[in-house]
Amino acid sequence: MSFKIASSPHQHNQKSTAQLMKLVALAAVPGIAVQAYFFGYGVLIQLLLAIATALLCEASVLALRGKKVKAKLLDHSAVVTAVLLAVAIPSYAPWWLVVIGTAFAIIVVKQLYGGLGNNLFNPAMAAYVLLLVSFPLPMTSWLPAAPLQQQSLGPADAVCTIFTQFSCSGYSISQLRQNVDGVSMATPLDTLKTDLAQGYTTTESMDKPVFGWLSGEGWFWVNLAYLLGGLFLLQQKVIQWRIPVAVLGSLFSFSFIAWLLSPDTNASPLFQLFSGATMLAAFFIATDPVSASTTEKGRLVFGALIGGLVFVIRSYGGYPDAFAFAVMLANMAVPLIDYYTQPRTYGHKNKGAR
Amino acid sequence: MSIITALWALGILAVIFGAALGYAAIRFKVDADPLVEQIDEILPQTQCGQCGYPGCRPYAEAIANGDDINKCPPGGDTTIKKLADLMGVEAKPLDAAQTPAIKRVAFIREDECIGCTKCIQACPVDAIVGASKQMHTVIVDECTGCDLCVEPCPVDCIDMVPLASSIERWKWDLNAIPVKVLES
Amino acid sequence: MPTLFQQIQAGKVWDFHGGIHPPSRKERTNQKPVALLDIPDRLYVPLRQHIGVAGKLLVKVGDRVLKGQALTQADNAMAVPVHAPTSGTVLAIELHTSTHPSSLAEPTLVLTPDGMDEWRPRKPLDPAVVDNYTLLERIQESGIAGMGGAGFPTHIKVNVKQPVDYLIINAVECEPYITADDMLMQERASDIIAGIEILVKLLSPKAVLIGIEDDKPIAAASLKAAIGQKDNYFVREVPTKYPSGGEKQLIQLLTNKEVPAGRRPLDIGIVMQNVGTAFAIAQAVLDDIPLIHRVVTVAGETLAQQQNVLALIGTPISDLLTACGFQAEQRQRIIVGGPMMGFAIADWSVPVVKTTNCILAPTEQELGAVSEEMDCIRCSACADACPASLLPQQLLWYSKAKDQDKLAEYNLSDCIECGACAYVCPSEIPLVHYYRVAKAEIRETQREALKAEQAKARFDARTERLEREKQERLERNQQLAAQRVAQQQASGQAAQSAAAVQQALERSQQLAAPALDKAQIIAERERKKAEALAYQQQKQQSAATESAPAQTEAATEDPRKAAIAAALARAKAKKLTQQEPETQPETAAEPTQVEAPAADADAKKAAVAAAIARAKAKKLTEQEPQAQPDSVAATAAEPAQVEAAASDIDAKKAAIAAAIARAKAKKLTEQEPQSQPDSVAAAAAEPAQVEAPASDVDAKKAAVAAAIARAKAKKLTQQEPEAQPETTAEPAQVEAAASDVDAKKAAIAAAIARAKAKKQQNSEPL
Repeated sequence: MSFKIASSPHQHNQKSTAQLMKLVALAAVPGIAVQAYFFGYGVLIQLLLAIATALLCEASVLALRGKKVKAKLLDHSAVVTAVLLAVAIPSYAPWWLVVIGTAFAIIVVKQLYGGLGNNLFNPAMAAYVLLLVSFPLPMTSWLPAAPLQQQSLGPADAVCTIFTQFSCSGYSISQLRQNVDGVSMATPLDTLKTDLAQGYTTTESMDKPVFGWLSGEGWFWVNLAYLLGGLFLLQQKVIQWRIPVAVLGSLFSFSFIAWLLSPDTNASPLFQLFSGATMLAAFFIATDPVSASTTEKGRLVFGALIGGLVFVIRSYGGYPDAFAFAVMLANMAVPLIDYYTQPRTYGHKNKGAR
Repeated sequence: MSIITALWALGILAVIFGAALGYAAIRFKVDADPLVEQIDEILPQTQCGQCGYPGCRPYAEAIANGDDINKCPPGGDTTIKKLADLMGVEAKPLDAAQTPAIKRVAFIREDECIGCTKCIQACPVDAIVGASKQMHTVIVDECTGCDLCVEPCPVDCIDMVPLASSIERWKWDLNAIPVKVLES
Repeated sequence: MPTLFQQIQAGKVWDFHGGIHPPSRKERTNQKPVALLDIPDRLYVPLRQHIGVAGKLLVKVGDRVLKGQALTQADNAMAVPVHAPTSGTVLAIELHTSTHPSSLAEPTLVLTPDGMDEWRPRKPLDPAVVDNYTLLERIQESGIAGMGGAGFPTHIKVNVKQPVDYLIINAVECEPYITADDMLMQERASDIIAGIEILVKLLSPKAVLIGIEDDKPIAAASLKAAIGQKDNYFVREVPTKYPSGGEKQLIQLLTNKEVPAGRRPLDIGIVMQNVGTAFAIAQAVLDDIPLIHRVVTVAGETLAQQQNVLALIGTPISDLLTACGFQAEQRQRIIVGGPMMGFAIADWSVPVVKTTNCILAPTEQELGAVSEEMDCIRCSACADACPASLLPQQLLWYSKAKDQDKLAEYNLSDCIECGACAYVCPSEIPLVHYYRVAKAEIRETQREALKAEQAKARFDARTERLEREKQERLERNQQLAAQRVAQQQASGQAAQSAAAVQQALERSQQLAAPALDKAQIIAERERKKAEALAYQQQKQQSAATESAPAQTEAATEDPRKAAIAAALARAKAKKLTQQEPETQPETAAEPTQVEAPAADADAKKAAVAAAIARAKAKKLTEQEPQAQPDSVAATAAEPAQVEAAASDIDAKKAAIAAAIARAKAKKLTEQEPQSQPDSVAAAAAEPAQVEAPASDVDAKKAAVAAAIARAKAKKLTQQEPEAQPETTAEPAQVEAAASDVDAKKAAIAAAIARAKAKKQQNSEPL
């Protein structure tokens, strides 16, 4: 018998990083399912592509860096990044898009900065921004939600479309994007933006078929599913309430004020909350611990900043949705936020350091 | 014409600003801590002379006059870094690479000491007590571990011994605890 | 808005930031009575078991001590004594592994119990009639130090000048597993209250707040029953949350006050005592039972019998575990203290001490296997759990970077090392360990800074003193020189010797500043030498009548001489080892040759022999001109031999001579032929020896001879540097002749010869 020496505490709550990451991936399942229902099986193929690329890239970089490949791969952080990117890009985007994005996220944004825990930016969002500015067309080619689609696409069609850009029956992406009336359809946010720019009022614009109850057709349900997943994460104490609440709260407040001032040129706050990537970003992306703020007050500021930026970019910017940009800008502000929101240490009068 | 006006204007401005700056330089002169003092503050004050100067202050003066900043083994990398910051130069590795990792103090084997007082004279901080032909001993708390007394001892009765680890000074080096294997 | 006191009276309990809820597992031990153990075979009583200094030892090995007898005495305010836990014999007082995370050895008294458990006479006090001073004295004499963990001497903590608002009794015991205080409260509530009453008498607080976690209903009920109708005693049940038993956290829970950073609770009118300490105080005062035992929780799934035991201080932990049916695993963790703040031990022979509240022997699965440390993902779960509202993730970053300024900025010193951060860390980073290391390093830096400050002060004082002495010496030397010149002229001395003295003085003054103090020592030595010479002469006369063997015996009997001889031998050995291997055999042979005659009765002969030996040695070494260091070493070795001979005559003289010789030898070895300062220093040493005999009768001759010899040597060396072997032989012959006349002369001659040799070496081209 020999004695084992370790430093206290000798007890641990047995909640490891790997488990946290697994829970995050698990919580995304309902959202993914709804997304697959409304926007086709493409998202599942994108997921597989992204996960495979992520694991491959992570393993090879870790091996190059001389780290313990297996232990670090099993923290599942690469998988989470892959999932977040895969659900963020259009379901039938060409295969190389997601591969390039994931590789960039893992190799450049994460590993080149020192691996998990050292990256400045959210890898999935940085990759999304890269893809959006480099390949704007495929990145905005969302198909209309299933009920509006002219042709219904099966799993085989999904594979064909992603790898060849033509469905098995030979339709191109732009053809697939046409709705029953033969009109090419943009996403609800995009449509609204274009319409407002052309002088329509929100109510006029909202009459279009791409809009459903409360927000875009299908988009509402996707957001609702991600909200459910987020609540599950909160309940599991994987994430804290501050960031999602601040994101949604500030987005709601800004859009509410704007909507009150001018309901004709501004979408309703609820439309904002259930459109685009709002819920996914608020619960899954902004809460990425590595690139988010770490102090309690800082998280509120961080979340509010994202919400505000999203509103500003959605309303006045050139892009219909804005979470990737907002999150990245907020990531940049994190060191500053953290420094100025240090908690007051027990027994100290003034706030924290300084 | 306009050129001349411009020149005049500029010239007058230059004179005015020059005067203002000159006045400010005299009026608001800051008596900065002299460089030597600042350097001396950073040095560890062991007065060991391993830098080649008799004590820390002389070395501080030498640094102020452009000597290398990496000659202070007791100060180690921390001191070099601070000096580099102060002097605005690149930090470089310690000159004498053989810095003892553990802190040591002089120890006189008292039964062998012949009382020659040589070590007493060598000690820069008067940490050795004793009289001629009387046994000497080192005041452990005052010893800076500079090694300077070892060389002068004619009978080699001074050792540099590692400072005994005590519970107060223990640095949580758990790996240093020997693992005991028991038969069970 | 009710005042704070009103709120407290109303039963309000506040909350603190963070905290965790680890599985408490207290039900395993808190329903069984405290077990009594047999007296162990050996007791290891560490002499220091608290913060502060150890007391003065009162017993020695072999003494029989009675139960409760003080083993050490508090000779210092920060000291508390330790007592014999039972009657028995002191087996040893030795270094034994301490009950401390470091496992370093500490002075420990080993006691062999005699099984009779015989008490010393006991003198109970009545707290109602004795004054506070007597109570405090009794608390100190009974060896009571905080039993909650830190072990701060209680008599200091309760000896207060400031008014105290609240006396808080810490009965929270928030760490998992530990139920020692719980059981104590369940079984001895009235004693605890009696102890609290003594504390109340000492501190006169406004109110007594007893903080207890709400998972100990029986203990709380017993306390409430024991308190009865007493005014201003409040038992406050705080929600179960770790670490609500921390001093600062409990203060926050019970009074909503925060202890300002770097201050003590007393500064906000609060004194906190552990419930176990209150019990110990009651025992010490009312029954005169010093702190010789305590309740210890022995728990963990490797034990057949998890329970609380009343253990004598000094009981080896192995005994406790064995008594509880311990079945060890292959890689067994044994933790002293709880799972959150306890420390693993490397040796289970360590004893139970005053602060030991729990021994934990868990299985590998029980506490969760420690997996590998991963990178911080900045999830800040640690910050959410931190009861001090620190930012552990930032502290980790700066601890790793060893950035002490930043660590101070982020208030590392406010970390209470509770372990909540490491408990929740998903990357399983041992955060507390990083902080402990960083804290230890900061303490070390502070110590160093303080030391550097002192060293600087001492260095400055020394520099100033040397400067002063230099001035004084200069004045004195001038005076002395004037005197001596006058003397010598009066006695019709040859001008040469006077010149020599003058020369010497000038040289000594020419010495560089660092050498000046050496000159002073030399002057001092001169004086002593003169005395010694006079004494020696006297002795020689008497010795002439004595038989030779008697002298040698006397010589060997004198321990001092022996020491000198030893020193010489070392010095020689040193020199010899420095020599190059090829010259070693020759030179090594010589000393033995010389030493043999040295042991002889006749000093003169010895000296002569020595001189001859030297001459030989010189020749030998100098025949190899390229072996520069060798010859230096050889010449250095010689003087020592002459002195060995001299030591037969008089120890003192020998010692002086030896010292000088060694000094020279050193210098010689240090010399590099071309270095000017060295030769100056050597020259300075020379006149010193010439001067010493000057006071003697034969001095004149010697001085003359010396001067001549020097003169010759100089000329020779200046003339033909390459003709060395011949010239060096010469002075040796001079010496030999001189040594025939008198031992003293021999010594002088030797000195001169050495001086010359040096010069030669100096002038010798490389």
